[in-house]
Parts: sequence; C-alpha cells; structure tokens
Amino acid sequence: MTELPGELEAPEAPEPTPEGTVPSVAARLALYQRAGGFVVPLITTVLAFFIGGLVVLVVTHKNPISTYKAIFNGSGLNWFFPWISHSDRVTAAFNLQSTLLLTTSLIFTGLAVAFAFRCGLFNIGGQGQYGMGAIVAVLVASSWTSMSGVPHIVLSIVLGALAGALWAGLAGILKATVGAHEVITTIMLNWIVFWFAAYLFGIGGPAQSSTQALVPVSNDVAPNTHLHVFWGSPILQGLHIGFFIAIAALVAYWIVLNRTTLGFEVRAVGFNPEAARYAGISVAKNYFLAMAISGTAAGLAGAIDVLGWKFRVGVDDIQGSTIGFIGIAVALLGRNTAVGIFFSALLFGALVNGTSTRNLDPSVFQPELASNLTLMIQGLVLLFVGADVLVIYLWRTRRKLLFWRRSAPTR
Amino acid sequence: MDDPPVLELEGITKRFPGVVANDHIDFTLGRSEVHALLGENGAGKSTLMNVLYGLYQPDEGQIRVKGETVKIGSPKDAIERGIGMVHQHFMLIPVMTVAENIVLATEPKQAGVLLDYRAARRRVEELSRTFGFVIDPDARVDTLTVGQQQRVEILKALYRQADILILDEPTAVLTPQEAQGLFEILRVLVREGLSIIFISHKLNEVLDIANRITVLRRGKRIETIPRQGATQAGLARLMVGRDVLLRVEKEPAEPAEPLLEVADLHVKNERDLEAVRAVSFDVRAGEIVGIAGVDGNGQSELIDAITGLRSAESGRVVVAGRDVTRSHTRRVIEAGLGHIPEDRHLRGLVLDFTLAENLALEDYREPPDSRFGWLFPRRLIARARTLIREFDVRGGGPRTRAASLSGGNQQKVVIAREVHRDPRVLLAAQPTRGLDIGAVEFVHRRLVEERDEGRAVLLVSLELDEILSLSDRILVIYEGAIVAEYGPDVSEEELGLAMTGGVREEAVA
Repeated sequence: MTELPGELEAPEAPEPTPEGTVPSVAARLALYQRAGGFVVPLITTVLAFFIGGLVVLVVTHKNPISTYKAIFNGSGLNWFFPWISHSDRVTAAFNLQSTLLLTTSLIFTGLAVAFAFRCGLFNIGGQGQYGMGAIVAVLVASSWTSMSGVPHIVLSIVLGALAGALWAGLAGILKATVGAHEVITTIMLNWIVFWFAAYLFGIGGPAQSSTQALVPVSNDVAPNTHLHVFWGSPILQGLHIGFFIAIAALVAYWIVLNRTTLGFEVRAVGFNPEAARYAGISVAKNYFLAMAISGTAAGLAGAIDVLGWKFRVGVDDIQGSTIGFIGIAVALLGRNTAVGIFFSALLFGALVNGTSTRNLDPSVFQPELASNLTLMIQGLVLLFVGADVLVIYLWRTRRKLLFWRRSAPTR
Repeated sequence: MDDPPVLELEGITKRFPGVVANDHIDFTLGRSEVHALLGENGAGKSTLMNVLYGLYQPDEGQIRVKGETVKIGSPKDAIERGIGMVHQHFMLIPVMTVAENIVLATEPKQAGVLLDYRAARRRVEELSRTFGFVIDPDARVDTLTVGQQQRVEILKALYRQADILILDEPTAVLTPQEAQGLFEILRVLVREGLSIIFISHKLNEVLDIANRITVLRRGKRIETIPRQGATQAGLARLMVGRDVLLRVEKEPAEPAEPLLEVADLHVKNERDLEAVRAVSFDVRAGEIVGIAGVDGNGQSELIDAITGLRSAESGRVVVAGRDVTRSHTRRVIEAGLGHIPEDRHLRGLVLDFTLAENLALEDYREPPDSRFGWLFPRRLIARARTLIREFDVRGGGPRTRAASLSGGNQQKVVIAREVHRDPRVLLAAQPTRGLDIGAVEFVHRRLVEERDEGRAVLLVSLELDEILSLSDRILVIYEGAIVAEYGPDVSEEELGLAMTGGVREEAVA
C-alpha cells in the first residue's frame, strides 16, 4: 500500500460543494470562469491591447492611442460612425468589406477548433484542413468549365468541405483506433498539405497554371463560379455571400451541439469520456465524427475563400496563410460559443486587416512593423486566454483592494 | 478532567453567501480528552475546525485557549497557540525524508542557513520515543504507507509543540488495521496530556475512541453527549434528524428465473494477465447476489466484461436471455442491464452536464427524448423533474449542474437513471462508497426494493457490512476465481477467511 499522496487525493478531487461547506479556490474560480461569460474575455482583450499599447510606446515612441485609432480606421469599423465624411465613408466601406471577408474565414476556422474542443479534442490542424479545402475547391472550380454556375459552385464547395473533413477525419481515426494524439497528427497533416501544395502548384507541377508557366499558382477558377458579391465591387474584393454561409454555420453549430443527439454525445464525450463510455456512447465514433465535422468547417473556409475572392491558389497562399492558426485564438477567446466566435472572429479580422500595410496610415505607425503588432496582440490574447484564471484572480484582487480602501479609514 | 478546559468555542457563527455554515456553536475540549465532532457531510464540521485553525474568521463568537480569549488570524497563530491539525489529505512533500518533512518551516539551522539534518533527525527520534511511534526518520515519505504518512503528519504537529490536535476524518484513508493502529497512538497521546478533536462520520469509531461526542447537523450543534450510554442508533438519529435503519430490513428472497448468467468467463486485464478465471454464476430475478473480495481480485474486470466495457477472452454472458458476450455496452444496456458504476465522479456522471442531461445519458437516443437524431431538451427536463421528485434528489433542479450536488444526491441521480429504464438486471458496484449514513440507507433500501420488484441484483462491494446486510447469496472472489458461495447467514470471520484464499477448493458448492 505505498501510494503517493497525489494518488490518494485523486478519487475525491472534485468533491461537490454541499451546503454548509465552502467551495475550494479552484471550484470558485471555475464558477467565476463559467459565470464570467462576457466579462473575462473582454478583460482579456483589453489587457492584451493595453500591454500591446505599452510596447508601442516603449519601443517605437509612437502614441499608442493614435496607433490604435489608425488600426480601427484601417479595419473599416469607423463605417458604423454616422459622423464621418462621405469620402471617409467610401474608404471605410472598402476596408470593412475586407475585414468581413477575413471574419468569414475566421468564423469557419474558429468553428473548426471549437467543435473538436467540445469533444475534448484540440484540433491544431485547421490550417491544413483549410488548405485541403482550398486546393480541392480550386481544382474542381477550374476544371469542367462547361458546367453551369450554381451546380459548379455547389460541387466545388461540397468537395472542398469533404476534403477538409477527410483531412481532419484522418486524425480522428488515428485517435479513435490507435490513440495517436490529435495535436501531433494534425500538425503533421498540416505539413503534408504545405508540401502537397508546393508539388501541385509549384513550377512544373501537375496543376500549375497553364497560362503563367513561371508563376507557382493554380489555374483560375471558372468565372461563373465566383460567389455573388452583395456589398462593394466584385473586382475590388467586395463582400460575398460566403459571409452568410458563415453566419449560418454558426447557427448550425449551436443547433447541432444543443439540439441533436450527435451534439449530446459529443458534449458528453468532451466533458467525461469515461462516463460516456459507461453509458454506452461510442467514444471512438464521436472522436472521428467531431474531427470530421471540424474539418468540414475548415474546408469550407478554404473553398469559400477561393470562390469568394482569391479565385486561384498559389503555393504562397497555402504556405503563408495563418487563417487556420488564428482560428485557434478565435475559438479560445470566443469560449467555443457561437456568439463568442462571431465577435472574436470580427476582432481578429479587424486586427489583421487594420494593421495590413495597405490600410494603416504610415505617418502613424511604420507599416513594416504593423503586422507584427497584430501578431503581438494575438499572442497576448492567447496568453491571457490561457491564463484567464490569472485574470479572474486579478479582478478579484482589485475588488478586495477597493474593499480594503473603503474600510481603511474606519480602522 | 477537572481542570479548566484547554479550549472553549463560544457562539461561533460563520456565514457564507446563502448559508449559515456554523450557527452559534459552543464546543469545549478538556485536558486529555478526545472529543469527537460527528456529523454528515456538509454539517459544518470542517468549517468549525477551519475557524479554529485560523483559515476562516468567525462572524460572531469567541475562542478561548487555556482560559485566554484569542483571535486566531492564520494557521500560524493557531500553531503558536498549540493547535495542530492533521488534514484529511496529507500536506507532505513526497520526495523528502520523514525528518525533513517534520521540521519543515521551523528547521534547525547550521550557521543560519544550512539545514542541520542531524539535529532534526535527533529531535524526531526523541519525539517518536516519547510517544511510542515506530518510524524511520530517514525514510522518504513516498515510500511510506498511508498509515505511516499520517503518523508523520501527527509528529509534525507534535514537533511544533501542539497540545490540541485536530484530526479531520483521519480514518477515511486507512484500512481497518491501520485505523486500530492510529487509535493506539491517540490513546498514548492522550495519556501524555494532549487533547484531541476527532472529526468523523463513522459511528463505530467515534464510540471506540471518544470521551465526548458533539453532533452537528446543518450548521447547528444538536447535542454533546458522553460516550457512556451512547449508541450507534442514537447517534445516527442525532446526525440525520430522524430514525435510521442501520440494519437493512428485508424479507427472505424469492428467487425466480435466472436473469444474469455468467458461464466460464475468462477476462484479461490491461497488462494482458488473466484477471478473471473461469467464473460461472447466475443471478435470479428477485435476489441480491453479493460478490465479496479484497480489492483487485478481478472484480473490476468481471464487471467490465459483463457490461461490455471490456472484451472477454472466452465464456458467455447472458442478460435476460440474450447473449451479450463481447457486445457493445449499448447493446448490453438495451438487453436490460442497469449499471451503477463504481466511481460516480469518474464513470457515473458527466459532472458538467445538468441533471436532466445526466438522467438522459442512456435515453437520449430513443423517442421520446429524440427522433431521427433531433433532441427535445424540454422532454429531458420534464422527465428529470419527475425523477428528481421520485428519487428525492435534493440540492437542485433539472438545470442544475451535477457537480454542484452532494455525493449522496449525485448517487441518487445515477440510481434514478439506471432504475427508471426498468432493467431486468441491476449491477451495483460499490454503490455507497463515500456516502454518509442517510444516503447509504437510501441506496440500500432502494436496492432491496428493486430486488422485490423482481430484478436480479448483482452487488459488488469491498465493504463486508454491505455485502452481509444486503445479499441473499454471497460469492467470494479471490485471484479472479469464485472460491466460495455462502448463504446470507455466514459469519464475517468465515467470509474474511475465504476472501484471503482460505478455503480455496472445498467450499464451492
């Protein structure tokens, strides 16, 4: 009977909080975290921006407030202000369209992380699944040019989504059958896509452009497969209907999780796979399904980007893209809820777009540093999301300090 | 005990949002006294002791130590006043030696900075000799048994010159033999002039060790009584607030057709060793069959093989006439098996799910809960409301998270889920582990009721008392084989002997 004290504690660890006793600190923090809802992610974001601003101040001696203002205007969110001038409004509209294009993709890649997360899986492979979706969609949409528009679009999107599903599903199958950890396998699958794209679209590759022999890029998609642009110019990357597909995906996400037996199983497995197994739920099946559905979302992002505004896929598009990785931040900050994912996708979309060299006023902030600022804020948000217990702690300490200050004079 | 009390708590009140954890509690402790604090989980025992140990500040009331009114603001204050606490979960550093752990934070120093290990060792040896501890000061803590680790904790308190010792559920982690060993030590400590507060919810050990017993219920002190004249039944009534049946009342069984048949079952464990060997038995409608055995003799593997959680190597499992050998758990459940698993936190419940969701964990895939994969949460909630009432689950409604319920109520949720599907066979593994008296009584009564409904009940338990008071037939499992079968009137001694392999060949009927 030589047991470690740690092992002793394990079976009794989450002792419930019967009336009369006090919940442990961890339990209380968990409660705040759950009840925190909007508050904690909000504080997290504000903190990240605050520290980002400090760095701007210290390193570049620029005024952080005007920098943020420039980023805000660069993102086009000033379009919502009624008082801006007409010419500003035109620029703002253009910028906002770009922001929402990014938001569209980020909603999908955020969902790809969130759905797996609800099943207890960490899908790091959104990037690869996004890439597979884009590759398959561009191959389909640039072939069979005689097909008529709508069926061709549907076919491209469906096959792109399936490619993403397959790519993530592979990791799911490996997890379900041999227990290979999904973090490892999805990262490996990312690299396969990375080089697969180089093979396909690289100079002399089998799917390289037939018109531009010296550019590592695919053929263009058939013109009639372009998604309809409902706001802005179709030539200048206006906002296409993929945005609504993303919103629909958010709704579908909520419905699947909360109103279907599939979602019930996924959540049960995510919270406690052992209890699910004891109740007769197949954990392996749900691991596979959750990954496949996650991959579908990421694949949709790739396909819709191709048909919405990219119209072709270059090796650089696959190798240089970070849309799948930002999806991790989107899901984490959005706490895997539909509404949360929408707002955090909007935030990151605005950040990325607002700091792009094209949009940021160079007199305010050096454009070559701008995208680093995005990365920094992204990193800080991730750091704070990971440390949200710390944020809660600080929040509570603040209250304690206030209390102390208030009661001090009476002593 | 004619001296003035060493410790007096007067009118201690501690409120938390929504509850009064301690409501004007008075408590005194005499010199050389063992004063037991008895109460169910959540009665306020731990809160009171945390107030005494300086972890909480009381909202009202006074603490007097040796006649002097004191304010205990932190455990450090408590230690300075001679109060020592041995927590339920030990606060030891596994990789350090016994002596190092004991002197930690107040260690003798050499040249101001270096640990004077020899001095530490010497003092630990002195203490051990004074109080009759047998312990090697150089042993690393992680090589000690649980019982020995507890002694290290007690020594730690003694080293800090505690003369008032608080023991928080000290026997919860001990085997019966280790518990007896602890009691020996406590008797020595008392003889040496220490005073002990002994927190427990086990009646027999309180009657064994305490001089006086204070019973708490829902934050209030119900009564303080001397051990002389106290009975288990009387204490149980004070604790729970009503009469408690410590002995399960039941009619003799009227077994009918066999509903669970296990034939020549062989099962391997994770290490690919044969854990269940040629086990055959059946359980008939209307009887409770108990499987007794020391932990780790193949019980878990047997349960897993019956429920489809693990594949049997060979043999047969038949539930209500359907062969479910090596079937998926879902098929076994559909064949008519209800399973109350061993660990409600790990296996019985999804703690982050609501009660409604937990109650539907096996029903969600069938109408009326769902149709064609579409879930109807309102129906889940409606049924949960009925079951919560029927099974008297307290502390929450259908939308409450399971984690926020007390252990007894959580177990009621598990039982409600398994029983309401009207299973033919009910398999209960350690169904009362960690529950307090009231909840144990409920579970036991319910199992007997289910038997009387005509279900076949298979009870696997490590608690001999439980096996003896519930079973109509008792099977003894030893090293993966059924080595003996007894009727309900077998003596505890005989059963204990069989559990350690004492009867191997002859007894199998």
